[in-house]
Amino acid sequence: MNEAPDSNDKAAPLSGTRVLARLALIGVVLLAAAGAFAYVGGWLSPSRLTQDRMIAAFQSAGGEHLGFRRNHAKGLCVTGWFEGNGNAAGVSKAAVFAAGRNPLIGRFALAGGMPSQPDAPATVRSMALRILPPGGGEWRTGMNNIPVFAVNTAQGFYEQLVASKPDPASGKPNPAAMQEFLARHPETVRALALIRARPISSGFADSTYNSLDAFRFVNAAGASVPVRWAAVPLQEFAPESGAQQVNPDKNYLFDDLIARIQRQPLQWRLVVTIGQPGDPTSDATLPWPDDRQHIYAGLVSIDRVFSEDQGSCTDVNYDPLVLPPGIEPSDDPLLSARSAVYARSFTLRAGEKRSKAPSAVTAAEVQAGGTR
Amino acid sequence: MSLRPTRFPAVSRRLHWLMAAMVLTMLFLGVGMAASVSERYRFLVAIHRPLGLAVLLLAAVRLVNRLFNPPPALPDALPPWQRIAAKASHVLLYALMFLMPLLGWGMLSAAPYPIVIYGSLHLPAILPRDPTLYAWLRQLHTDFAYLLFAVFLVHLGAALMHGLIRRDGVFKSMV
Repeated sequence: MNEAPDSNDKAAPLSGTRVLARLALIGVVLLAAAGAFAYVGGWLSPSRLTQDRMIAAFQSAGGEHLGFRRNHAKGLCVTGWFEGNGNAAGVSKAAVFAAGRNPLIGRFALAGGMPSQPDAPATVRSMALRILPPGGGEWRTGMNNIPVFAVNTAQGFYEQLVASKPDPASGKPNPAAMQEFLARHPETVRALALIRARPISSGFADSTYNSLDAFRFVNAAGASVPVRWAAVPLQEFAPESGAQQVNPDKNYLFDDLIARIQRQPLQWRLVVTIGQPGDPTSDATLPWPDDRQHIYAGLVSIDRVFSEDQGSCTDVNYDPLVLPPGIEPSDDPLLSARSAVYARSFTLRAGEKRSKAPSAVTAAEVQAGGTR
Repeated sequence: MSLRPTRFPAVSRRLHWLMAAMVLTMLFLGVGMAASVSERYRFLVAIHRPLGLAVLLLAAVRLVNRLFNPPPALPDALPPWQRIAAKASHVLLYALMFLMPLLGWGMLSAAPYPIVIYGSLHLPAILPRDPTLYAWLRQLHTDFAYLLFAVFLVHLGAALMHGLIRRDGVFKSMV
């Protein structure tokens, strides 16, 4: 802050030159303030990766679909409960891990920004949960049926989206662009090998969903351990069959899920993996060794299913940083990136609600038990 | 002959500079947060929420203080349009100091997100869950932030004009 002129200064009238110099100084101060604000807002650095650029990349890869999530756009709402069994209460003070029942609002979805893409076996499937313990301590988590994530930074994710943008001529991604991306991202090459080698199950019900990102559990004594978690199905694993690949029902995976939930509740064990010192927490492309301690922390039960057009999951942002005391973020940079971009996606679609087209899996389809 | 205004009382000056630092920090945190996908994002959010609550509480303290400690009169020599501009910009600054935190609190309520201040200390929701309302309030929070920054620039420019060009004691009354 500039010092106030002293009283001598006040007495002496300023010469024209000094007035100009002082006006210029004021101009410089104001410009510097405005420039700093613009710089922090990203307007002066067009190459910086921002939330807007990330959303634009999603839309260039998956198209622009008003009112839908910018990723995992095709989905189905479910409700049920999470029943903690107390096994994880020693490593996390989170309310959800105490013995007891907590209602949940969940969502099953397919990765990608296309809300009407036909179901296909190899498309990444996700399970998102919003668990609401009656006494507070809400927990939101989104998990995928892949063992590791394909990228380990927001920049990597952005470049992958740009490389997978469909060529306007062929309607398919340009193989050369993808090759060029992979050449610069050996971590993605290694991760994709693990992702492609995963056994693909017949549907949503018998898939295992992994947190991919690492977090930290903190117990009542304040001790903190790195963790990852997974929802492991109690439904018996059946491999996807070749017949599914030629299924004329574009929603066959969702229809199967609807039919199974309406037959009987589906259940997953929430299994927490405790990391050891040295296990990578900041790189979601790297798996942890198999011999790590696993804690069966509770049971996810899903007993009701709704179309997104009627379900309460539609307006939930499954922000991975909505965590209760007892679960904390790790140093994984994807957590901040996911939280930031999900928030932007949520804001956009909340504002577009009135322009949203019906979801691919309709209320009538759910009503009819998953038949069309 | 212009009447030389007296200084603001010490408590008013302290509140002013403390809130100036806080509000500027909030504006820069906010504009940075809304662009960021970096690891800084979650730390920025974690500071933005409790600091916003502190601004709201201090704005109330300041308004009460203003009733007990009215600001010194502006110099008689000040042209009427500048008096009106000064009055209007101060009303706007006060209004935005209340509105910005309330909009932030309200939009998080409507989303709904848990409104975490620190650890398990949460604020209750002040609006019903409504995504359309959330989207509207979220946009307003951005628009008013730009407005607040613009008014801040006018305020800073006017303060420097008083301090460096007019040298009429208005700048000195706050330092």
